[in-house]
Amino acid sequence: MNSNMTPINNQTLVIIGNGMVGHHCVEQLTERGALAHYQVHVFGEERQRAYDRVHLSEYFGGRDAESLAMCEAGFYEQHGVHMHLGVAVLEIDRERKEVVTSEGRQAYDRLVLATGSYPFVPPIAGADGNSRLVYRTLDDLDAIRAAAKGARRGVIVGGGLLGLEAANALKSLGLEAHVVEFAPRLMPVQLDPDGGAALKARIEELGVRVHLNRATSEIVAGEEYAYRMNFSDGESLETDLIVFSAGIRPQDALGHNAGLNVAERGGVVIDSDYQTSDPDIFAIGECASWKGNVFGLVAPGYTMARNLASLLMGEPHESFIGADMSTKLKLLGVDVGSIGDAHAATPGAKSYRFNDEVNSSYRRLVVSPDGSQVIGAVLVGDNSFYDTLLQYAQNGIKLPADPASLILPAGEGAPALGADALPDTATICSCHNVSKGAVCCQVDAGCVDLGDLKAATKAGTGCGGCSALLKQVFEHELSARGVEVDKSLCEHFAHTRQELYGIVRVEGIISFDELLTKHGYGQIGCDICKPAVGSILASCWNQPITAPSLVPLQDTNDTFMANMQNNGTYSVVPRIAGGEITPDKLIALGAVAKKYDLYTKITGGQRIDLFGAELHQLPDIWGELIDAGFETGHAYGKSLRTVKSCVGSTWCRYGVQDSVGMALVLENRYKGLRSPHKIKFGVSGCTRECAEAQSKDVGVIATENGWNLYVAGNGGMRPRHAELFATDLDDQTLIRYIDRFLMFYVRTADRLQRTSVWREGLEGGLDYLKDVIINDSLALGAELESQMQLVIDRYECEWANALKDPEKLKRFRTFVNDERGDPDIKFVKEREQRRPLQAHELNLIPLAEEAL
Amino acid sequence: MIEHSQSAEQQSVAWRVLCTRQDLVANSGVVALLDNTQVALFHLPQYSEGEQLFAVENRDPKSGANVIGRGIVGYIKGDLVIASPLYKQHFRLVDGSCVEYPEQRLRVWPVRLSDDRVEVAIATE
Repeated sequence: MNSNMTPINNQTLVIIGNGMVGHHCVEQLTERGALAHYQVHVFGEERQRAYDRVHLSEYFGGRDAESLAMCEAGFYEQHGVHMHLGVAVLEIDRERKEVVTSEGRQAYDRLVLATGSYPFVPPIAGADGNSRLVYRTLDDLDAIRAAAKGARRGVIVGGGLLGLEAANALKSLGLEAHVVEFAPRLMPVQLDPDGGAALKARIEELGVRVHLNRATSEIVAGEEYAYRMNFSDGESLETDLIVFSAGIRPQDALGHNAGLNVAERGGVVIDSDYQTSDPDIFAIGECASWKGNVFGLVAPGYTMARNLASLLMGEPHESFIGADMSTKLKLLGVDVGSIGDAHAATPGAKSYRFNDEVNSSYRRLVVSPDGSQVIGAVLVGDNSFYDTLLQYAQNGIKLPADPASLILPAGEGAPALGADALPDTATICSCHNVSKGAVCCQVDAGCVDLGDLKAATKAGTGCGGCSALLKQVFEHELSARGVEVDKSLCEHFAHTRQELYGIVRVEGIISFDELLTKHGYGQIGCDICKPAVGSILASCWNQPITAPSLVPLQDTNDTFMANMQNNGTYSVVPRIAGGEITPDKLIALGAVAKKYDLYTKITGGQRIDLFGAELHQLPDIWGELIDAGFETGHAYGKSLRTVKSCVGSTWCRYGVQDSVGMALVLENRYKGLRSPHKIKFGVSGCTRECAEAQSKDVGVIATENGWNLYVAGNGGMRPRHAELFATDLDDQTLIRYIDRFLMFYVRTADRLQRTSVWREGLEGGLDYLKDVIINDSLALGAELESQMQLVIDRYECEWANALKDPEKLKRFRTFVNDERGDPDIKFVKEREQRRPLQAHELNLIPLAEEAL
Repeated sequence: MIEHSQSAEQQSVAWRVLCTRQDLVANSGVVALLDNTQVALFHLPQYSEGEQLFAVENRDPKSGANVIGRGIVGYIKGDLVIASPLYKQHFRLVDGSCVEYPEQRLRVWPVRLSDDRVEVAIATE
């Protein structure tokens, strides 16, 4: 620990490199208030601001550069950081303490190198143009995409982590993908021979061809394809393009040319405080070499960035002590994990192995010579073992009596490592360095919500790999403090919402009383279980919520099919599907609003909200709206609200599909679907995304070939970007996936749980969800679709239903023994419309009296 | 049928007709005017201890809005309650006391069904 550097005001700090690590450093500096002490200049060679390189392959799955960006567009400006994008630094003039760029000179007091690395391309005769592509930047990906046009086959040279990622990218471009590896196995750094074999078997099953023990001697013109690669053993392979992914090299040229010490195997030499051989110059991330090692993962880069930010601010900081290179990945959909000493290189180390050649699953557990501790592991095919093994290895936890049980298939009674077995120092989230102790601190400070915990600590918000463990530790700590993590709905039902849903479905229960009698306790129910069960019954059977047996279950908004406001009046929102409305209907809406003097406001969901209606006015208002061709908008329900759309290809010069048409189809299909919480959709006609579909529960964005589907986004209190779920879908497939997605959500979510929170709690995450919806792994697809069809077939406008039945309208009376309205409801005029009189304004003259 | 009027009979009271049984909504509430006071009426025709009728003040003390009659009837920890539709606090139907906030309270009236007439008791001078 050192803390003897004091920041001096108005120094200039220059950061070269705007990749993930460089960006993280800026973020950490701004959080620490560095802009009060430093003028900060950031130089980035690429045109784009920092983006998520870890998820680069998603660029071919439909994500654009903007959605991969590490921060909002205005982040740097807002914080007063001087950003120079697309400006390469040519030289560091250490004597004058200036950097020389293509734009001129910039003085510095302190300089940070975060220049990253570049792909290594072995010198092979004939490698050029499309036979010498690399996979590192967005520009590289654009080049690969261009080369893939009209190509049939692509080769990746290099069977390591990045090479397999790149193979996935070629596959998603529709090419036949081949991997050529020099070593006798795939991922030679992380995997042992058996693990490599299992991985090879798995990815060949997915259609990727693997060629091992191959050294390319030259590239010449091909006969059937554009190129032919000749291997040193006399074999050859033809292909249309070649991507080199044979490792990375530190981008250390600037440091080297400036005379800084550079390590033998590359990388600007740093000490444990990130200092290079020049005390005013620091280096972090993949361009730095610490004790002869370069760390090519994002987590150690972040650690360096974070600690350096503290150091530059004169705060206590941690010195670098090396980094755990354990990794957990999904390559081409195949789980791969490598922990610590995966090759059992430690003298005397012993191994347990589980090798299932039938299913190509492999696991190896490496233990210390005395057999007491885990020192390494290799996993192929199933990473569910990873978290537990990593905790054993990182925290030196004593092995159970039968260590082999840790890697045996489930069902063999493997002792799960409980959250209580972890020491306080155990790292839960390595991206943001959050320990179990830090989680405990938050719980002690009163945090009882997982979302709040993530917001406060950032845990689980990096790669997300620790989500399951985080939740487990959090719930354990809550229980330990006596906070109930009881999943019972309320005192009437010792079931979760999901369980009640299953019971209602399986037993065909159609009333609350029947459910309470058969599966509940006590009588009557309460304001928790009644609306929840009301919603379940509606999701399953979609009977009109105005039925006498269902009315008492509903919250006031559902009971009166309008939204209660703070003075007891209601707002009325007719459906305006897709935000499309004719002038005549707009006039009709205006006429109703004018007649009943309703405060009128456009909503965020592209419709119109009419406020200030009293209970007894609702039937008259709705009678007029229905006559004008409107139907209920379900703004009061936990149900589909709106499908927001942009104008699409019909009018917009950029549009590639008819987004309004699709929005209408979707809104009319799912209107009236009752769900655990409200559901919002968005449909955009092109990638510019004017409908903000990525902030919706279901987002649909047009592509030239169809539609990209996004799910589980959210605006509101805890915004969440929707995740790309499937790409280039035709209309039928899009609707089938949405049918299944919504019904699966309705079936499994908790009460009042939005899709975003539900999705974050799903074990197995997005991949699991894709498996269920796209691959139909639970064989539920047909059932979910038919359940949705029933809801759709039974759709009826609830207001039209109520207006037909005088018995149902009986409830819509402010007083059952008087025709008048509520005399306590008073309005005043503001901006030419009426609004409720506030309590502190009682001295003002209300409108009603003014009229007298 | 339970009448919440045990003590009312001894005092000098008058029974005032508010509405009829047909105006009530089963397992839910309606509101009637009693001079200038708003009375929420809750009807539970099939309660285990027999048919129940309650008359409580319609004004929600927290919001000041007249909305209690539009809340959800429930049974929590042994008490029949009404949940305010705006901020969801619960009031016991028997005596109008609030489960969560002792300082809040609803006025209650003795109420009965006389043939099909719904009647509440008011004190007379």
